[in-house]
Amino acid sequence: MSIIEIKNLTKIYDGSTVEVRAVDHIDLSFEQGEFTAVVGPSGSGKTTFLNMLGGLDAPTEGEVIIDNVDIWQLNSRKRIDFRLHNIGFVFQAYNLLPVLTAKENVELIMELQRRPKEERTERALSLLEAVGLGDRVDSRPSKLSGGQQQRVAVARALASRPKFILADEPTANLDSKSTENLLDIMENLNKEENITFIFSTHDARVMKKARRIVTLEDGKILSDEIKQP
Amino acid sequence: MLISIAWRNVWRNKLRSGIIITAITLGLIAGIFSTAVYEGMVIQRVDKVIMSELSHIQIHEPGFRNSMELTGFIPNAASIASKVDDIEGVEGVSNRIIVYSMVSSAETGAGVKITGIIPKEEKKVSNIHTKLVEGNYFGEDTRSKRIKPIVIGQKLAEKLKVHLGSKVVITLQDVNNNLTGAPFRVKGIFNTLSIVFDEGNVYVRYEDLRALTGLPDGAAHEIAILAMNNEMAEVLKPKVEAVAPGLEVLTWINLSPEMNYLNEAMDLYLYIFIVIILFALLFGIINTMLMAVLERTKEIGMLMAIGMNKLRVFVLIMYETVFLTLTGGLLGVILGALISIYFETHKIDLSLWAEGYMELGYDPFVYTSLEYGMLGNVTIMVLITGVLASIYPAWKALSYNPADALRIE
Repeated sequence: MSIIEIKNLTKIYDGSTVEVRAVDHIDLSFEQGEFTAVVGPSGSGKTTFLNMLGGLDAPTEGEVIIDNVDIWQLNSRKRIDFRLHNIGFVFQAYNLLPVLTAKENVELIMELQRRPKEERTERALSLLEAVGLGDRVDSRPSKLSGGQQQRVAVARALASRPKFILADEPTANLDSKSTENLLDIMENLNKEENITFIFSTHDARVMKKARRIVTLEDGKILSDEIKQP
Repeated sequence: MLISIAWRNVWRNKLRSGIIITAITLGLIAGIFSTAVYEGMVIQRVDKVIMSELSHIQIHEPGFRNSMELTGFIPNAASIASKVDDIEGVEGVSNRIIVYSMVSSAETGAGVKITGIIPKEEKKVSNIHTKLVEGNYFGEDTRSKRIKPIVIGQKLAEKLKVHLGSKVVITLQDVNNNLTGAPFRVKGIFNTLSIVFDEGNVYVRYEDLRALTGLPDGAAHEIAILAMNNEMAEVLKPKVEAVAPGLEVLTWINLSPEMNYLNEAMDLYLYIFIVIILFALLFGIINTMLMAVLERTKEIGMLMAIGMNKLRVFVLIMYETVFLTLTGGLLGVILGALISIYFETHKIDLSLWAEGYMELGYDPFVYTSLEYGMLGNVTIMVLITGVLASIYPAWKALSYNPADALRIE
């Protein structure tokens, strides 16, 4: 059964002279446990598509239904709350809070969910252990490498127990070793915990790992390929 | 965790935060210290007027204060004074004969207020005897002399061109409207640091002036009473009225309402002064926080993206602004208080501008007076400033669309 249904999703930016169709009438669905890459050249609409899927950028037209909830029919307050409990985000530039340690960065989202302190600490430590940073829990982002920061970001995204994780170009700022490491972690989490990952990329190494590749061009789906195991 | 994030955010840009914290600290030090100085000046002024001129309570014949007629005396002043002296809370009582007339030297003359006092009693209600710069206050050695002693202000002495030991002549009309006069020898010269007072007041012995004016024995124009403190005056007033039926009993507030007004108005002015300082600082704080918010657009976008609601974003910015403001505010309040406390016992010398201050009746040496209740109020005002300063930057942060904010490099 699909956990995400996308119907007729469209985003039009009104320029001064021409209107730009960043995403153009996309219909798509995602199943639980998918490991999907959304690919395409720059300007193909990948980020806009993920932003609308994640409830960050309002579509001009269309629906995003997650677990039978059309998130763009929710008011702003409810949509923020929906994101908090259902969607995990990993950003290209990591976007960790520099004043918090790795553990605190992971705990923050659980505090927003008002989880008890003990649960927060326990889960943050186990997630950091899972992403291979068990020995860096008290380090601030400035003391971590790019790859380590992105692993903290993955742990943060997982901390809220989301239905799926959206990752916008998660390896764009990483060297090949860190990319390999991060992809292994994400793949393991996907296989072992059945966590759904949807990520945009134009990194060939990431595409190689993905089990489904949705290719966008000029805001439209060019191809939707599911790799055979 | 919001509190922790906000506090740590304050110290992310130490230079920027340091500058605004220093500005707040200095602003409040200036505000609190100035307040303490002005408060001290007013208290000194009020105390000075009470101790050298008014005392806490005065008793007169009704109408005397307007007419100042020699005949407006209290015939049984001595017995009333003795009853007042028995009232609990009364520190001293002194009967005074008051005559407005001329005092002349060989060189010139001047119109003055001549007060006839019983030195021993007067010492209990006024401090003129402590203000002598030359000679003595109707001391023992003067009693045997043939010419009566007089104590005059330094400014008057300069005006009359007399000095210690000089002879002056007092001319007045007695109770029978006969012109009379008598020579007096300058035995003491006082300086209260109030030019107006020192130029217009002379003191002679009660008995000498009574004999000169022809007033009956035990009579006086004014019964001056000193209470334990300024506030006690209002409490004692009805008790005094009970032993002085038919007479006008007035406290220092009735006698000099401008002094009380000065006291109360000064409090208001000082708060306005602090509000102006905080208002000026408000813009500096808003500017600092706006820079911080603009600098962290992406970070705020991330927080909103992962599910931090608008209220929490607002509270986060508000905490940070309040911490920034309170850090400077508390430092300012503490340092301002410490400096003010130091100058409560160490005089501030304003003698460079002494002439102007003395003309207005203020001392050129000021001791601060710190009102501790004000420190709490100022801290609350700082807190309110912090909250107010946070509104615009927080509103600015809330206006971000997370998707747009995350795109900013």
